[in-house]
Order: sequence, then C-alpha cells, then structure tokens
Amino acid sequence: MYETAVHLTITNSSPQPSWNLFDDLATLLHYEFMVHAFEAGTIVAIVAGAIGYFVVLRGSAFAAHALSHIGFAGATGAVVLGLNPIFGLLAFTLGSGIAIGALGNRLRGRDVTIGIVLAWTLGLGVLFISLYTGYATEAYALLFGEILGISSGDVVVTLVAGIATLACLIAVYRPLLFSSVDEELASARGVPVIVLSIGFMAILAVAVTEAVQVVGVLLIFALIVTPAAIAVRFTSRPPRAIAIGIVLALAFTWLGLSIAYYSPHPVSFFITSLAFGTYLAVRIGEPVRDRLRKRSAATAFS
Amino acid sequence: MSGPAAPAIIARDLSAAYGATPIWSKATFSIPEGSFIAILGPNGSGKSTLIRLILGQLTAAGGSLEVLGYPPRRGNSQIGYIPQGSSFDPELSIRGRDFVGLGIDGHRWGVRVTGRAGALTAANASITSVGADAYADRQLGRLSGGEQQRLLLAQALVGSPRLLVMDEPLSHLDVRNQGVIVQLISEVARARQLTVLLIAHDVNPLLPHIDQVLYVAHGRIAMGKPAEIITSESLSEIYSSPVEVLKDSRGRVFVVGLEEEISHPHV
Repeated sequence: MYETAVHLTITNSSPQPSWNLFDDLATLLHYEFMVHAFEAGTIVAIVAGAIGYFVVLRGSAFAAHALSHIGFAGATGAVVLGLNPIFGLLAFTLGSGIAIGALGNRLRGRDVTIGIVLAWTLGLGVLFISLYTGYATEAYALLFGEILGISSGDVVVTLVAGIATLACLIAVYRPLLFSSVDEELASARGVPVIVLSIGFMAILAVAVTEAVQVVGVLLIFALIVTPAAIAVRFTSRPPRAIAIGIVLALAFTWLGLSIAYYSPHPVSFFITSLAFGTYLAVRIGEPVRDRLRKRSAATAFS
Repeated sequence: MSGPAAPAIIARDLSAAYGATPIWSKATFSIPEGSFIAILGPNGSGKSTLIRLILGQLTAAGGSLEVLGYPPRRGNSQIGYIPQGSSFDPELSIRGRDFVGLGIDGHRWGVRVTGRAGALTAANASITSVGADAYADRQLGRLSGGEQQRLLLAQALVGSPRLLVMDEPLSHLDVRNQGVIVQLISEVARARQLTVLLIAHDVNPLLPHIDQVLYVAHGRIAMGKPAEIITSESLSEIYSSPVEVLKDSRGRVFVVGLEEEISHPHV
C-alpha cells in the first residue's frame, strides 16, 4: 500500500526535459543513483558491444541467451542460501559456459542440449523463488535489471570485471577470430580450438553477469547480440564491426537511461526498444538502399 | 635449382589407425619436392587420414613419416592447408582480405600490434597472385564457391609455405571452375616450386597437371605415374581384386571396382 503511494507520487512529479541539453544532462547527473547508472551502464555497454561481435560471428546467440537464464537459477539459489545473488549468477553462468564451450562449435545437437539444460535450470529458479517468500522484488530485479539501484561499490566491481573481460578478449583476439571463421583451419595451424571455445564462453559468462545488472537476464540479448547484429550489417571488417557494436550499445544505454529519467517507465524497456527499433530500421532500410543503389547505377550507365 | 631435390615427404612402412581400427598399413613412398600429387581412392579409404598424419593432427600407428625433413608437427608454418568442405556461412561477417590475413598471424595471441604493414602487404600480394582482387573486400560468405576457393588458396599461400595440402578443394565446384582452379594451383605451385598434395574424387580435371598419384584403397597405399597406375592391370594387381579402368570418347578415365568396399566408417 505504502509502496504504491510512493510510486504514484514519483510518477506525478516526473521531471520534464527542457530543450537545453546541457541543463538536462546536469539535471540527470544531479542524483548519485543516476551517476552510478551511467557509470555501470557505460562499462557494461562497452564490454557487451565488444563481445557481441564474437557471439554473432560464432553463431552463439542462443548460448549467450541460455547462459543468462541458467544464471537466474544460480542467483535465486544464492538468495535462498542468504548469499549475494551475483555470486550465484556468476557461478552458474561460468559453470554452464565452460560446459557449453567444451561441447564445441561444430556439434550439431549443441543447441538442443543447451535448451534442455536451460529449461531444467529455469524450473530450479522457480523452485528457489517459492522457497524464499517475500522475495519477488529481488527476482524481478534479476529478470529485468535494476540499473537505478546500483551502489558505488557495485560500480567498482563492474569496472574491475569489465577491465578483466576486455583484457581477456584482447589476449585471445586473433586465434578466437581465426577459430570462429574456420575451426578446422585454425586447429591445423596450432590454435587450441577447444580451449579457446571454453575460454570464450567463460569470458561471455562474466560479461553476461555484468550485463544482468543493467537489463536483467531476460533482456540480455538487447545489449550483447543486437548491437553486434546491427554492426555486421554495415561492415565485414572485424575491428570496425566491434567499434560500431560498442557505439550502438553505448547509445542504447545512455539514451535509454536519459529517456527513463523523464518517464515513469522502466529503463530496460527503453534500452531494449531502442535496440529493437534500430535493428528493424536497418533491416527495412537495407532493401531500400540496395534498390536506390541499383537505380543510381542504372542511370549512371544510361 | 641444381641436382636432385630432397624428398618433401618420406613414408616408410607407415600405418594409420583410429583406435583399434586399422585404416591402412605398410605404406612406403617418397614425394619429390616440387611435385604435384593427386591423392585418389574411394570414400572412407583413409585419404584424409594420410593428410592428418602429415599435418601432425594424428600420430602414426606404425612406421615412420618425415615431412620437409622433420617428423610431422601441428601448426607447421611451412605447410599451407585447405580443409575438407571449407565453405562459409552466408552470414559469416568477415572480409576475404581479413581471412587471408589470419593465415599470417591468426594463430598468435593478442591483437596485431607490430608488423601490421607487412601483414597487409603479404595478404594483398597473395590475393593478387590468385586473381581475387575484385572481391577480396566483400563478405566471405556471400561469395561463389569458386571465389571462396581462390581466397582459401590465397590464405594457404600467404605464409610462403613449401608444401600445399588440400582436402577435396574441387568437390563444391562445377566442371568449368574445377579446371580453372586446378590450372591456377598448378601455375602457382610451379612459380613457387611448391610441393602439392591434393585429394580429389575425380582425377580427370587433374590429369594434365599432376606428376604422380597416391592411390589409397583396401588398406593400402600405392604410388606411381597416372598413366602407369590408373590402368585395369595395375590397379587389379595392387589391390588383388578385379578393377576396371574405362575410357570415354573424350579420353576421361573412370575407375570401377574399388568403390564398393568401405574399410572404415566415415568420420
């Protein structure tokens, strides 16, 4: 009852944006929780945008999605045990990531196996929620993200994890690219493809755990997969695709946070909608662009 | 080059097995440096197994093998390789030029920090040498089978190898493209004095170019000049079973009688 009342007051007093962007930005960053949200969101967007290219290149989008869902069971389990959910999340995403990585990229039935494990762990998650009564808000935060509730300690942890994931990604960059393009060829050149496959899923598990704070386990696609999926439609040069992916993930996060500040609706909704809207626009725009190109080529020759 | 070249590959009583299942045994042959060799034989006879031994991906069950003067080892940069069934997913988002670049230093850790200019020059030169400039900047997966094959060849050649190993590079190509690619491989190999090992299903597009044939069938490997080994008498004798070599009006040869027996399940 009390909560509803508070919510209504907040809704009614939603700040209104002015046309002065600097004023708006100053208003946004006036509150500590918004500063933390921007800091954590920025770190997560950079990591998600970078690793997303490899997720798309390796055809591991479903695996990335599954990792976050499996992590949900770990997080709820940790809460039941009275631990910080982030530890349960990390333990489950890392464990399943390593297992998925060991299955290898070439295995035909890989996605079926992942799906079976995924369904079971979601069932576990439901059990853990029922075991811990009065815990629905925390589960809700895990599922859909809770970026406005990030403490300065969380920001430091996110920063350390973010730097670690990026450093690992840079360390394996070339052989990971090679084995993502042609595993057989990379293996013949001496690249340890199975070790890399496991290592990549472990890095992804940490990145997923970070991103859960911002968009939650259900919406992880919007930050890890969608920016990269848009980027590869613009370029097939790996460094450029990674750069575009990072820029897009940053844009979705910053814009989503800013819009949410001036609206009663959740941040996750705006981030995912911006991602989806951009993807849709690019897919619709592509045939139009191709047709225009063809027409201009035709007139040039006539 | 003067004097007789040292053999690129020497096999003595070489045997191969997957676990306890023998594939072939007692293979003794010597491949002269700079020669163009076709590896022929029915499905499942162990042609790819031979390549895996040469690449150091599989250890021999018996006998000895020397590749370019040393025991085989994985990741040998003196070997350029095109794996079997290499064709790329249409959605695979990488340029042909970047793929060829991976042939230089794709096996090294980290990102390319030094030697960027050198790598770029080497990749460009390799792409030009196979005539793939026109489409090297397009997305690899969107190219035709013949174009992908040229870029695979550019990738195999980019590290200036001495030995080129190809597992069925012609199988996804139409007859016209098969001829074009074989001609290209032959020209490149001659210009660079490369030793070439090429697994093929059909010897006909290769006949004008190859020096010798390695025939893998019935658990044995035989080597000889194509005109000598691809005859009814010779193949029947080697494999002690009735084999017939037919010739059509255009001079194409067909081997009948070896494809029946499959000595090990296809892996």
